[in-house]
Parts: sequence; structure tokens; C-alpha cells
Amino acid sequence: MIKENKKTGHAKQVLPHREDLGGSMKTLYTLIVHSENIAGLLNQVTAVFTRRQINIESLNVSASSIKGIHKYTITAWCTEDEIKKVVKQIERKIDVLQANYFTDDEIYQHEIALYKLATPGFQANPVASKIIRRHAARVVEVNPTFCIVEKNGMSEEITSLYEELQQFGIVLQFVRSGRVAISTSCFERLNEYLNFREEKYNKEKEYARQ
Amino acid sequence: MKQQITGAEALMRSLEHQGVKTLFGYPGGSIMPTFDALYGHRDTLNHILVRHEQGATHAAQGFARVSGEVGVCLVTSGPGATNTLTGIADAMIDSTPIVVIAGQVPTGMLGTDAFQEVDLVSITQPITKWSYQIRSAKDVAWAVARAFFLAKNGRPGPVVLDFTKNAQVEMVDYEPATVDFIRSYDPNPMPKEGSLEEAAALINEAKRPLVLVGQGVELGGAQAELRALVEKADLPCGCTLLGLSALSSDHPLNKGMLGMHGNLAPNVKTNECDVLIAVGMRFDDRVTGNLATYAKQAKVIHMDIDPSEFNKNVKVDVEVLGNCKLTLKALANLVTEAKHTEWIESFAEHDAIENKRVIEPEIHPTEGPLNMGEVVRAVSEESNHEAILVTDVGQNQMMAARYFKYTKERSIVTSGGLGTMGFGMPAAIGATFGRPDRKVCVFMGDGGFQMNIQELGTIMEQQAPVKMILMNNNYLGNVRQWQAMFFGRRYSFTPMMNPDYMQIAAAYNIPARRVTDRAELREAIREMLTTDGPFILEACVIEEGNVMPMTPPGGTVDKMLLEC
Repeated sequence: MIKENKKTGHAKQVLPHREDLGGSMKTLYTLIVHSENIAGLLNQVTAVFTRRQINIESLNVSASSIKGIHKYTITAWCTEDEIKKVVKQIERKIDVLQANYFTDDEIYQHEIALYKLATPGFQANPVASKIIRRHAARVVEVNPTFCIVEKNGMSEEITSLYEELQQFGIVLQFVRSGRVAISTSCFERLNEYLNFREEKYNKEKEYARQ
Repeated sequence: MKQQITGAEALMRSLEHQGVKTLFGYPGGSIMPTFDALYGHRDTLNHILVRHEQGATHAAQGFARVSGEVGVCLVTSGPGATNTLTGIADAMIDSTPIVVIAGQVPTGMLGTDAFQEVDLVSITQPITKWSYQIRSAKDVAWAVARAFFLAKNGRPGPVVLDFTKNAQVEMVDYEPATVDFIRSYDPNPMPKEGSLEEAAALINEAKRPLVLVGQGVELGGAQAELRALVEKADLPCGCTLLGLSALSSDHPLNKGMLGMHGNLAPNVKTNECDVLIAVGMRFDDRVTGNLATYAKQAKVIHMDIDPSEFNKNVKVDVEVLGNCKLTLKALANLVTEAKHTEWIESFAEHDAIENKRVIEPEIHPTEGPLNMGEVVRAVSEESNHEAILVTDVGQNQMMAARYFKYTKERSIVTSGGLGTMGFGMPAAIGATFGRPDRKVCVFMGDGGFQMNIQELGTIMEQQAPVKMILMNNNYLGNVRQWQAMFFGRRYSFTPMMNPDYMQIAAAYNIPARRVTDRAELREAIREMLTTDGPFILEACVIEEGNVMPMTPPGGTVDKMLLEC
């Protein structure tokens, strides 16, 4: 397989300079957003990144454990100052319940990846199957033309398996999911938030009645 | 069994349920069933037919800004809807509560590039608080209730309802709906524990405090709470453009306007104060100038209802979240009575400099053509400083804001954040409906006057008592001023050929007068103010007049230019 190589023709890519309030170091942040399940909301969440021209590295949206609430896991490279503002702008959207950002050491994160390998090439390289076992990946489909390997793990592990298999030139297709993540904090922020909102509403109503 | 009604009729009843009495709109294909329903509600819903949908949105803004109620627009799909975008964006950045109801093609035709179809929800998402498509008549009561709840609660803003044609004609059992809770949105957030005490401690220790008064004070109805706080702790204030009437101009602690063309003293003192207390304002770049040199010496207290404003532009030491009506009151209880006489007196030397070098020559010239500031101050004086000021955008706006005086709350309507030329005339129409008991004076330049000039038709038809002051200098004056100052006087497309405005006024049957002579000015203004209904006063002002002082863009607030 020919690896796509984009030659820009520029010797050096010049990145625009930005004046920041906080640090200017870029980090891969993981955002966890909870929202009501309403059409068009994903658009509003991603538009916050677009407005600031921040690339989304990965995005996963699915139903959360609470009925009617969706959970987004988004990763992006940016500075802490940028991510703070992004989180506030996302939370400002009416139907977003909560948005929080995390660094890798504050979450347990996982991705899943599928690798489609050419069976003849795979058979010709016995080391390849050792590599798959060493990576605790599993073969989920084998036929004379191709086999499919499935691996879940941290981002780097998935990349590293790809690179190792690719040195034999046998990877026909490769796909990885967006990151999913769970915070490792002891506080369940969403539940707290929902309880807080309900209590406050009841209190305000009680107050209004008096 | 209940009687079934159409979705369009449900909309009328929902609007009435929300207390709506006035709406601004323009009919068209996809909203025809709704206009048909409106025909049966003419005795309760006063619909003002504008001449362009942009005019409807600005009128709704003017209505909302002076009355504190939600302004409502009713327009058709496609071009009708896209014509409202400027007003919606303007309302978003200036936190103005409006609800725009637009027709939409039937749901079955969505996505087919049907006649006058446009994806309004997607287009308006970034410039609204909420944008929603009503696809079924069953949705109407709830959607309208939610729209009004969101538009006026918390930090106000625009809401769009995209009303599909099938939902307008479908039959439904109507029951009035109320929305008073949205779990994902808290319109009345509380300050973090301890933040008020921290703010009070900073204020109590301050030697050189300065309060920045923003529109949030007006939106929260907290004018009295603000006054109580600043009087108790003896805190001098500067007002943002939109906050100018939150504190009476003649209050001894009101030190004038902040920002690029604001007064010298509050700008200079921003970089000398030790505690900066920002209330309901968002540190716009037209206020701060260069952030790297802005109030670096001061501890900053920021009071706002929108948490996303904290640390957005200026690093804040104490965040006080919440409606300032509550937080200002709580803060006033926590601060100690104080006097900052020496500090407050130190403003006077800057006032004296500005007075001598800028203000006096501007408002009391003895020769030459009329000055813009002179016209503004004369109108303010002749109306006893009690009128509502509406402005367009540009030199007329800055001159009007600077030289008008404000003695009543909610007395300035201007396009602050978006800077929308053409805003003035329709906004003034809306203001006359929002506060029919008050005089409404709108200042426009010859550029902005022509940008929504079609609304003269609305004024004529409604006999809306708009006092229009057209300050004609035959230039797009603000851009010309910048060209003079920063582009080597290369007047690229700023000189403008003008029509005969007296003939235009005559065509619309609006009383008008042109004044070029200083001796005639007062008399002409009195004629305008005492004539019933609308009036156009064309003041032919100095062609190359400049708004001064000025902090050049990206400049430092305490280094204002007094002459250019």
C-alpha cells in the first residue's frame, strides 16, 4: 500500500502566533460534554471549535447512562487558556448540561481499532502473529484474501500496533474509533449538577410561593 | 371535546399568553397562514408593517431596549428570514431580548431546495440563544413559551422560531404552556460562596477604586442598587456605551463614558485605579484598547450573569456570578462606608483638559459650520435631558453618546457590539412603540440614514413620533476620520453624493427642516420637538469634523489623543 504523503512544497510550516492569557503550550485535552438529545446540538458544539479554528482530533457521541442525555468525548490540541474558553462557550449553549476538560492523567481512556491485513502477506511473516499476540489484539475474521484484527487500548498502543504491522506492508485498511473516556475523579459531576438544578428549582418555587 | 384550532391560531394565542401586544413584520408566502390568523387578532396584536425585514428586527430591538419587554418579529421564509440576520446578530452581541418567528416550507419539502427555503436554524445557531424549528402544531405552545423564557431570562438574547407551513395549518388542541425551568440552563445563577466577601474586602481596602458600569445594570433593573453601592463606598464610575443611562449623567460619581471615544478621565483612571469593579460589562476591545496594557496595576472584580464572560478578555481576580440586582445589593451590605475624596478630585484635572481642548470647542463654537456635538447637546438641552437617545453608527453615534445627557433609565439605544449602520431609524420606530410616553430622538449620519431609508414609509404610515436628526457631512464620516488619521488622508470611497432630503421628507409627507445656520439651530430644534408626530431635522454639519478624544485601535487607554 502506498502511504499517502502530502508534500506541501514548503520547507517549513509557519504557525500563526497567538497572544495568550495563559500558557502557550499545546496539550491534547479531552472534553466530556453532556447535553440533551436535541437535533442540531452537535453542530453547535463543533462550531465553538470552528470559530477559534481549533481542529478536533477525535469525536465520539453516544447515549449516556441517563435517558435522554447524550455524552460527547472530544479531543483537541490546544492551550489551557483556549480549552477553558472553549468549555465555557460550549456550556453556554442552552441545551448543554455540562462541559469539562481533562488531561490524560485525569481520565481512563480507550479507543478501538480494526486492521485489515492481506492474508498471504500475514502468513508469509510469522512475526506478525507474534506482534498481534504481544499487543493483546485478536483476530476476528480470517479468509483467504484478508483477515481482520481488532484491538482496543490507549491511543499510542493502537498507533504502535499499526506501525509494527505496516513494516511488513500488509495493512490493507485501518480504522480507529474516537476516544471514549471516563473521569477518574471520585465526584460524579453530572449527577451533582442535575441534583443541584432540581433542588434550586424547588427552592425558588417554594420561595416564590411564600 | 375541545375545539381544535390551527397552528397559526395557536401561535397568536401563545403570543397573547406571553403578553405580546406589538409585533413588527412583513408577510410572504410561507408565513401566510399565520398572517391570516393575525388578521383575526388585530384588536389585541398591533402589527407594524415595516418596509424591510432588517427594519423589523431593529424595531423589535429598539422596542425591547426601552421597554424591557421582548420584541417580536414575524417574517417569511428564505429572503425574509435572511434579511433578519443582521438584527439577530446585533441582538445577540448586545444582549437584546427578541423573538423572530419566520415562516418555513412544509416539513415534507425541507431539503429539496424548495422555493424560498433556507436552512434558518443552522444559519442562526451561532447568533442566537436558541433556534428551533416548529415542525408540528402540537409544538407551538411549548416552543413559544420556551422562546420567551430564554429571550428574557438570564442574559437576554435573540431566539428564532422557524415555523413550517404545515405546522401553521395543522389542527391542534391548544392549551397555553408555561416554561419556567430548563435543567440545562440556569438563568439566575448564584455567586460562588465567599466571592461577595472577597469583593467587599477588596473594595473596603481600595484607595483608588473605579466602577465600570455596563448594560447589565439596566438589563437587571439594578440602577438603584448600583447607586446605593457607589454612594455608600464612594466609588467613582465610568459607563460603557450601552450602560450610559444606568447612572444619571449628573450624578457626581458618574465620571463619563469609557472607551475609544469616551471621556478622558475614566479612561486615564482605569490605568491608575487599584481596584476595578466591572458590573454587567464584557471588556469589549473598544473599551479596553490594548489588553496588554489595560489596568494591569488593578485587582479586578467582575460581576456578570454570564460565566463565560469571566477571564474572556481580562484576567479577573474575583468573579461575582449572578444577576447584578441581587449581587450589587448584597455587596452594598458588605462594604463599609468610605470617602475617596482625594482620588475622586484627581479626575477633575483630566476633565478640565478635555473640556478646554475638546468639549468646549465642539459644543460652543463661535464660527464656522455647525458641529455635530453642538447639535447633539442642543437637542439634549431642549428636550430637558429626558428624551430617549437612539443613534445610528459612526461619528453621529459617538457624538450623540458623548454629548447627550441622561437623566432617566433605559435612555440609550445604539448598536454597540455589532456596529450596524442603518440601525438607528428602525430602532427609533420600535422605541416609540416601546415607550409611547417618552420623546424619542434619533441621530443619524447621511450614510446610515440611507441604509434603512425605506423605513420612512413605516414612519409615515404609523405616524410614529420619531424625531430624526440627520447630521449631514457629505461623508461616511467615521471611516473618513480613520482615513485622515491612519491612511494618509486617502479618502477611498468616503465622499458621498447626497439626495435632497427635504424632497424625500416631502415625498413621505414628514415635516422637515434643514438648518445650516447656528443662529437658527435652537429654534429649529424646538420646532422639531413641538411638532406632533415624526420630524426630520437635517443639520448640515462641518464636513471634516472629528470625534475626539480617541484611543487609536490597539492603543492604551491612558494615552488618548486629544487632537488629530
